Amino acid sequence: MLLALATTVLVAVALLWETMAPRLAEGWERHRARRKLVALPDYDPGRERRAEARARQLLKSCVNEAEWAMYRDLGFVRVWGTQSERPGEHGAAVGTPYAYLIYPHKPILAYLPQTGRLLNEYCVVFPDETRPYGSARLPDSDDVLAKWMALTGDERRLIETANLHMPGRQLDPRQIRRDLWRLRQWERERARVAAAAPAAEGSTRGGSVPGR
Amino acid sequence: MKFLRMKPGHGEVLIAEGDVEVRDDEERLVQEFRRQLDAGMWAAVPLDGQGRRTAQLARSFADVPRDAERVIFFPRAAGG
Repeated sequence: MLLALATTVLVAVALLWETMAPRLAEGWERHRARRKLVALPDYDPGRERRAEARARQLLKSCVNEAEWAMYRDLGFVRVWGTQSERPGEHGAAVGTPYAYLIYPHKPILAYLPQTGRLLNEYCVVFPDETRPYGSARLPDSDDVLAKWMALTGDERRLIETANLHMPGRQLDPRQIRRDLWRLRQWERERARVAAAAPAAEGSTRGGSVPGR
Repeated sequence: MKFLRMKPGHGEVLIAEGDVEVRDDEERLVQEFRRQLDAGMWAAVPLDGQGRRTAQLARSFADVPRDAERVIFFPRAAGG
């Protein structure tokens, strides 16, 4: 009787072991994996900020003074188009001036400055797949500079590389119109200051001459 | 002449520097230029014209003006 009971227990334990062993092993591996230290690059909260500061200096050193001031004050850069035919509009009025607005990490927008008509969005990215710090994304000002260099260096090549979309796909047309209005105000103010500067300089010089 | 490369999380990095009038330096710059283009970079030379600044994209080292101070490498554009 005792022998039969012991045999039954042994068989039951053996069967249970067959069933439970893989689960136990898997559970143990999971436990070890949770405890395992995974080497991650040290998080540096200031890295992106320092990268952006460097990128801004590089951008400033490449674009002209007005473009830099535009980016600093308004957050975008305008670049005039140079193709005789407007991009994406075959047969459109040849010679009509058009321009692009460059925003960091947003599509490039083509528009007509005379009428404010929005033409197209050009979605383009500059991904660095080496991902040195886990991200393929350039600092904001580097992204703007990459677009600026590509547009002023080889406009057609960049436009052909980009994905063309109608305005409003990623950029809010109301925001763009607001930005164009801000740009006009900003240019008016600069023109006013530039016109006032020589006059002020002249009056200062005049005032410094004794006896007049 | 300086070669700068834009880098995520860092800003630009100086990757090579040399005098194109010195043969060894020029050879080193040519090799580095090719290496960057093979790695999928575009190369641009900032130009300072009369009142208007632009850039010139260089497809080979021969496209780079001899008096250029900087060549900036940045990742090749792709449709977003």
